Amino acid sequence: MSLHQSVALPEGLVAVVKQDCPTCELVVPVLEQLANQTGLTVFSQDDPDFPAAIGNKRFDEDLSISWHHTIETVPTLLSVENGKETARTVGWSRSHWESISGVSDLGTELPDQRPGCGSLSVDPSLAADLELRFGGLNFSARRVEFAALEDTHEALYDRGWTDGLPVIPPSEARVLAMLRGTSRSPDEVVATVPPDLAPCTVEKVAINAVMAGCRPEYLPVVLAAVEAVCTETFNMHGLLATTMPHAPVLVVNGPIADEIGMNSGNNALGQGNRANSTIGRALQLVIRNVGGGRPGEVDRAAFGSPAKVGFCFAERESDSPWPPVSTMYGFEPGTNTVLAFPGEAPRNLVDQLSRDPDSLARTYAVNLISIQHPKLVLGFDAILAVAPDHSRVFGEAGWSREQLAERITELTVRPGSELIRGAGAIPEGIPEAMKDLDLPKFRPNGLHIVHCGGAAGLFSAIIGGWVNGDMGSNPVCVEITP
Amino acid sequence: MTKVLDPTNEATPTDIPRVARPESLEGLTVGLLDISKPRGDRFLDRIEERLVERGLRVERFRKPTFTKPAPVDLRHEIATKCDVVIEALAD
Repeated sequence: MSLHQSVALPEGLVAVVKQDCPTCELVVPVLEQLANQTGLTVFSQDDPDFPAAIGNKRFDEDLSISWHHTIETVPTLLSVENGKETARTVGWSRSHWESISGVSDLGTELPDQRPGCGSLSVDPSLAADLELRFGGLNFSARRVEFAALEDTHEALYDRGWTDGLPVIPPSEARVLAMLRGTSRSPDEVVATVPPDLAPCTVEKVAINAVMAGCRPEYLPVVLAAVEAVCTETFNMHGLLATTMPHAPVLVVNGPIADEIGMNSGNNALGQGNRANSTIGRALQLVIRNVGGGRPGEVDRAAFGSPAKVGFCFAERESDSPWPPVSTMYGFEPGTNTVLAFPGEAPRNLVDQLSRDPDSLARTYAVNLISIQHPKLVLGFDAILAVAPDHSRVFGEAGWSREQLAERITELTVRPGSELIRGAGAIPEGIPEAMKDLDLPKFRPNGLHIVHCGGAAGLFSAIIGGWVNGDMGSNPVCVEITP
Repeated sequence: MTKVLDPTNEATPTDIPRVARPESLEGLTVGLLDISKPRGDRFLDRIEERLVERGLRVERFRKPTFTKPAPVDLRHEIATKCDVVIEALAD
């Protein structure tokens, strides 16, 4: 590849240095030696007058030389013949510098070698801007410019792109940095997002993830979440359009949860953790901006819930008495997954006195029965989030997740005569035809028991589900890929 | 000046104008679409009675579930068989 004239290297020896590097300072006598004996061009990254004693020096002010020649360390010494780099060494090593320059007895008063410093062109605070300027990456998304006198945050809100909270402006540099969080190509279509059924690329997800406040390492989780909800099984369209308050609730399993700093402990379902707070929000912004799903339009929720801002947490796997909840979906423990569950805001459940598994299961059952309506059964799943003070009881008694779910379900069984329309002087209920059946609250695998929460507190939490099955939505668990 | 990337799908919706309302239902086929919400059928049963009394032809349709858009084949069938459609959103 032929480089543009302005970034071509001059013939002969070339050194790239910066003044703010002790090794570069150290080798100044060597640079002088080479300048006198063989000729040398020095590029300085940060100070046009450095090194003072060298005449043939150039200021790589925009770092274009450094970026185009992949300088990662300073000093770097290069040999250029007929416009091509023939040799390179980084840092100071007398033997390497002598071999490249063909000059002996270089820097005899210096130590034999000294590692260099990081090149400014790979400085994390500059790298994204440089790649934008020189890398030739073309975003597919339209560029939108705001006038100098416009308040950016107000302008983003006025365009209808936010959930009501401020967003991070999705500049090209930020989106580029976000895209580094995945190995997937920016133009890859991740999903078709309802309600507009719009094809959504990795790039569009990255833009919305920036706005939500995600760090690049969260992007694979957001991508997996978008994939999970935009399936026929999950039925995101229905979940959005329903008059009920539900939204995707995301549960993350696997080592990625700790790697990206997710919270599964104290206040796991609350505020204060960047990953928990922004991953769920990014998904909601994708639904809003790419899918066109906005409250009062296709979103017909009567109440909505805080879960609709974004609801994401990790399972507390480290001291859980159970394997990860993702194993319900056939994943091996240790697999990075995200479970999308159509749920509402959580509510707390207190039992500070039970010390045996069966009495705790009874507490769970009487509380879980009330999801949506005590007289409506089988139509709604639930997440039961069990905190360590409760889970310990099941761990010590050797109760598996399946055993607990089965016992709770069994304890919710009631005669249909108590549940039919009109029973208990309440018209709401199941059809009259079911009056002779004994019915549990949950369908098989409808109850999702997840270990999370802080180490103190004899509580669990319930996240009620939306209409389940083919009529509504089924939870979807997918693997998170890099 | 701030420059950002557009987070939306950037689609330009196509406006498809509605069919003009007929002056009269005389001689037309009326489709009644039940979206499967509880008791929507009661409303449509009554509408059907009233329409049939007036000598109109009625076709009944039902979405598999109210939580999902009507399947494309069902939409096509309604468009093919009917001149007007009444959709029941009852609860």
